Amino acid sequence: MTTQTIPPAKLDVNTLSLDSVSLWQITRRRLFRRKSSVVGMIILGILILIAITAPWIAPYSPTLSMLDVKPAQDIQKRSAPCIHLLGCPADQPEHLMGTDGNLRDEFSRMLYGARLSLIIGLSTVSFAIVIGTILGALGGYFGGWIDNIIMRIMDVLLAFPSLLLAIAIVTVIGPGLINALLAIGIVSIPAYARVVRGSVLSVREMDYVSASRALGGNTYEILFKRILPNALTPLIVQGTLGIASAILDAAALSFLGLGAQPPTPEWGAMLGSERNQVFTAPHLVFYPGLAIMLTVLAFNLLGDGLRDALDPRLAHMS
Amino acid sequence: MTTYIIRRLLLSIPVLFGILFATFALARLIPGDPCRAMLGEKATKVVCDEFNHRHGLDKPIVIQFGVYVNEIAHGDFGNSFRYSKPITELLMERLPITVELSFAALLVSIFVGIPLGVISAVRHNSWVDVVTMMWANVGVSMPVFWLGLMLAYIFALTLKDTPFQLPPSDRLSAGIVTVPFFETWGMEISQGKFGFTLLDFLSRMNLLNAVLTANWELFKDALIHLILPAVALSTIPMALIARMTRSAMLEVLGQDYIRTARAKGLARRAVVLKHAFRNALLPLATVIGLSLGGLLGGAVLTETVFNLSGVGRILYDGITARDYGIVQGFTVVIAMFFVALNLIVDISYAYLDPRIRLN
Repeated sequence: MTTQTIPPAKLDVNTLSLDSVSLWQITRRRLFRRKSSVVGMIILGILILIAITAPWIAPYSPTLSMLDVKPAQDIQKRSAPCIHLLGCPADQPEHLMGTDGNLRDEFSRMLYGARLSLIIGLSTVSFAIVIGTILGALGGYFGGWIDNIIMRIMDVLLAFPSLLLAIAIVTVIGPGLINALLAIGIVSIPAYARVVRGSVLSVREMDYVSASRALGGNTYEILFKRILPNALTPLIVQGTLGIASAILDAAALSFLGLGAQPPTPEWGAMLGSERNQVFTAPHLVFYPGLAIMLTVLAFNLLGDGLRDALDPRLAHMS
Repeated sequence: MTTYIIRRLLLSIPVLFGILFATFALARLIPGDPCRAMLGEKATKVVCDEFNHRHGLDKPIVIQFGVYVNEIAHGDFGNSFRYSKPITELLMERLPITVELSFAALLVSIFVGIPLGVISAVRHNSWVDVVTMMWANVGVSMPVFWLGLMLAYIFALTLKDTPFQLPPSDRLSAGIVTVPFFETWGMEISQGKFGFTLLDFLSRMNLLNAVLTANWELFKDALIHLILPAVALSTIPMALIARMTRSAMLEVLGQDYIRTARAKGLARRAVVLKHAFRNALLPLATVIGLSLGGLLGGAVLTETVFNLSGVGRILYDGITARDYGIVQGFTVVIAMFFVALNLIVDISYAYLDPRIRLN
């Protein structure tokens, strides 16, 4: 039997110097290696760019009726997209995605919609993460009846299909974008509370926590500086995927007329108000829906990528 | 197994109480005075006092909750002022349509999702795998109401006058008559009995009723009306199931006993289906259970898009008419339904994996 030696030339010395590579660098490297997460990041990048530059690139204000711009005989309700470069007659006004039922430029509304969608996703998830983290941390750290009460409440919230609970909440507190966001925020709390509680439970009894306690650290310090950082990784993954479902649910609520109210350029609401025109003006349904799908897709791809990058044990599974 | 089921049943009691309390609290949180909301702004104090007394609203909140739980235990969910009917009656009328739709969607998602997942795991990294996973990613990101509208546009307008044309809305075509199967069979059951309620409930599922009465015209019509909504509703669970099947299969296919099975010369088909797939079923039961909630939520949107008069549609009407009774009653029932479904999933989980029930 011959012994095999690994040729030293194949070892990259750079990757061996562990002290210079942080978890975030490894994560970033893994993330960029996955095609699907790169696609997610590209879509997201474009969306963020659109959201920031909307006022400059949008040809019109999102709430402006074309009646205020042109003489009435030149404008048509729900006109099909007209792009001069693609052969639309030059005497017709250019509307990249046509006009909607209230004679507004659909393209401008779509651009501003990107803003709203990102804000909706980020704000609901931030709300849910803050409340969920506090509840999960309290329950996991103190245990006993506090934990019992908190987790039973979370069980009840989870017993409702999330969209239905959000619908019930909005029906009670009244329709509107803020209320819809609040409702979606509330129904997504349990997911984060569970994640944080799980992480807290897994490290609560570890030696370094006991050491910190023995050194006289107060509860606040132990909980927030020693224990909670462990929950950061699963929270980031859950949060990214949570943004996707929050955007989807918010669009659904707006579609049902419970979320953003007209004339707010919210994709779900735009789609909802024109849904009966799907046979006569399909573009007014097609574009907002496509935009919702792409946004949700971007967050889903990124979330999946982050999960695999942060937890290599799962990498082979997706 | 029995001990497990009993323990699991007992555990769901506090959750049920929580659901009742949550919906009760939601109803009390409605801004404004219930009397003036029901009888109008001009109701006098005397009228309102009488109203509050009649509905028990002058009693302490704990007693009100007790009364509420008692009423629900007796199947009384109050009345809908929009339809001037007991909510229980509305539920029995509408629930069958939603159950039929959700069941059809679940069947589609299982029978398409699982094979797709298995194939992409077996042919890992092949083009089938890549396409399936791309599609699954798009599928979970799809707003179901948008997909529904687009399907309606394609199959009702673009493919009009082709064999693929499908109706874009309603449960049945105008002029199609349904006769409940128990009437066709000449059964005589008086209204109001539990047996009647059950048979009536079943007969409102058009496909089932059509089969039982051998009315094939009705069957065909009911089926073609169900295709688009069921496909739209099935997309998200289908994508989830395909993904979960794939990852569970990949995990199992990497195990030593699979290699052993292959090494001893078993046919590939037998290894995949008998050795690997059976063990991949467990995570699959979880994901199917999890999709049920989404299915019920998605049914609201799908029914709205396709104009189906199921639970979702009436919930939507209840929302727009501010009929809190409907929203409250239907939310409770759907949540209970959901708890029951989760219970079934948990029990099937224990059945599939002895480690769980013996723990």
